[in-house]
Amino acid sequence: MTTTEELRESFLIALTALRANVLRSALTTLGVIIGIVTVTLMGTAINGLNNAFQRSVATMGADTLFIQRFAWFSNEDWRVVRNRRPLTMQNAHDLERVVTLATAVSVESDFNGTVTYEKKKARGVWIMGNTDRSIDVRGLSIAKGRWFNAAEVGSARNVCVLGNYLAERFFQNQSPLGHRVKVNDIQYEVVGVIDKMGTFFTGFNMDNQLIIPVTRFENDFQERPDYHILVKAKDATRLDDAEEELRGIMRKLRRIEPGMPDDFAINRQEAFLNFFRAVGGTIAAVGLFITSLSLFVGGIGIMNIMFVSVAERTKEIGIRKAIGAKRRSILLQFLVEAALITLFAGILGILVSWPLTLVINRFMAAQMSWWLVAIALLVSVLTGIIAGFIPAWRASKLDPVEALRAE
Amino acid sequence: MSLIRIRNLGRCYVMASEVVHALRGASLDIGKGEYVAIMGPSGSGKSTLMNLLGCLDTPSEGEFLLNDKNVASMNDNQLAEIRNREIGFVFQSFNLLPRSDALHNVELPLIYSGVPKGERREMARSALAHVGLENRMHHRPNELSGGQRQRVAIARALVNNPSIVLADEPTGNLDSRTGEEILALFDQLSWKGNTIIVVTHEEEVAQHARRVIRLRDGLIAEDAPNLRYRTPHSEGGVTLPPPIA
Repeated sequence: MTTTEELRESFLIALTALRANVLRSALTTLGVIIGIVTVTLMGTAINGLNNAFQRSVATMGADTLFIQRFAWFSNEDWRVVRNRRPLTMQNAHDLERVVTLATAVSVESDFNGTVTYEKKKARGVWIMGNTDRSIDVRGLSIAKGRWFNAAEVGSARNVCVLGNYLAERFFQNQSPLGHRVKVNDIQYEVVGVIDKMGTFFTGFNMDNQLIIPVTRFENDFQERPDYHILVKAKDATRLDDAEEELRGIMRKLRRIEPGMPDDFAINRQEAFLNFFRAVGGTIAAVGLFITSLSLFVGGIGIMNIMFVSVAERTKEIGIRKAIGAKRRSILLQFLVEAALITLFAGILGILVSWPLTLVINRFMAAQMSWWLVAIALLVSVLTGIIAGFIPAWRASKLDPVEALRAE
Repeated sequence: MSLIRIRNLGRCYVMASEVVHALRGASLDIGKGEYVAIMGPSGSGKSTLMNLLGCLDTPSEGEFLLNDKNVASMNDNQLAEIRNREIGFVFQSFNLLPRSDALHNVELPLIYSGVPKGERREMARSALAHVGLENRMHHRPNELSGGQRQRVAIARALVNNPSIVLADEPTGNLDSRTGEEILALFDQLSWKGNTIIVVTHEEEVAQHARRVIRLRDGLIAEDAPNLRYRTPHSEGGVTLPPPIA
């Protein structure tokens, strides 16, 4: 007997059996539906978090090295590292002169402050000091107007570039160019607006920012800010070489004796990725494990109902065997029935969790994808096959004489 | 060469640490085209013999050749294949699938032997027409009378053109008039050359066969031609063809 014929017959039998027991099938399905919903929702949450993270990290640039006082995600002893000297503007200038494996160097510093325009006030704005090169190093693009130039940085002009959110908030549809906004009563003329950057996965709105020349920043807010030096490497594939070069230069500039540890750290996007892979992977694994428990319970329900189904149809199995059904045919018949129940449950589960995802997405990152739908359907079919296997196996091994005698 | 060759066939069951010999050393040959009745009181081993002849069960001892194939040593799947190709069952309680219509019930053996859909339909239709049910193809068993159900079962038994039609008390659940109709159908099949084995405890049923085997206590007590075998006659206005020698 050909496999396609066998499958077709199995489908027909399964559909007939399911139709004959609609209520029972529906109740059994409920457990699997709930299981699929929880697993799918967990999947969408993980998916959403992942995408948000990837987007956020992408804004940091894969070829950018961050020279800072402290390493990201390090377990260095705080009492040892807290006395590190700040990085200075001089460090950055000197570095820029000698570095060979970089295309651009930017110096920046930041703090959270309040920005006002006429009567409007925005709190918690990310206020940054940048150089004329920062736009390239940070990989920003201009939506309106322009970035400030080297002359403006050199002469510490009162100019600023706004983040997209801030610009919209203050100026709605009018052009902000030429208008003046205030930070701590100091006025800055808006010369440009940057393109939308989105939200960092921590929930931080990167478009709520205001950028001024770093020289101005030093004048107006912090006399000796803790600078970050950002370096864009020439070749993203040779980041290690670039990092080694930077380390050598920085040690020389900061006069660190051989054998002594660095008093600065060179960070890169990868550190974020590694951190996320470790933490995110664990969260995903634990989350999926816990939610899959409900699917497991649903699977037990399926196994139970399949045992009932086999017991009820012992006579039918006997008839089929007498007429020439092989073990494989009977096994297939019940596996298809179980898989069909769970596939149906999977489809319903997705129909439930899709709108739920849209709701959840208003509070936290959650995203349904076709890929996730495919996985969910596959998992539901597998649940059916696994749960249905023992009952189906038993059915296939029934003795035809005994089975025919059943009522 | 005989269709069925049985030598010293035995079957015992273990029931609660007691060994029950349901069949102890039966030997017989059945040739192609024979119409045989197997008789005996309950407990005589006739059901056991029928299960063995139907390849539903395997013997504990002895030899069983069906079409020169040694059935005694076959595994489950090989037996299923033999049942599918060589044997057409007719049961006392019809044993049709309740949720399938007559046509699908008759198609079933063909599905398991892998006959393609179109051909299968055609064969099942003609088998149903053969037993006079061309107008009942899409009725389910519960929409058919007892006699009609048994006719569907007979159509199912014949559709794969098996070597043997094996009937177990085929009239047991039917009133005597309907029973006669079914037996007339068997007569007809026999005259057309089908090999028929009927297991029964009713003398009237056995009288349709040309050879009667009587079992007692798991042994063949008597194996003789039916002296009262009725010659072909017209029935229900239809002149039936003469028997094939």
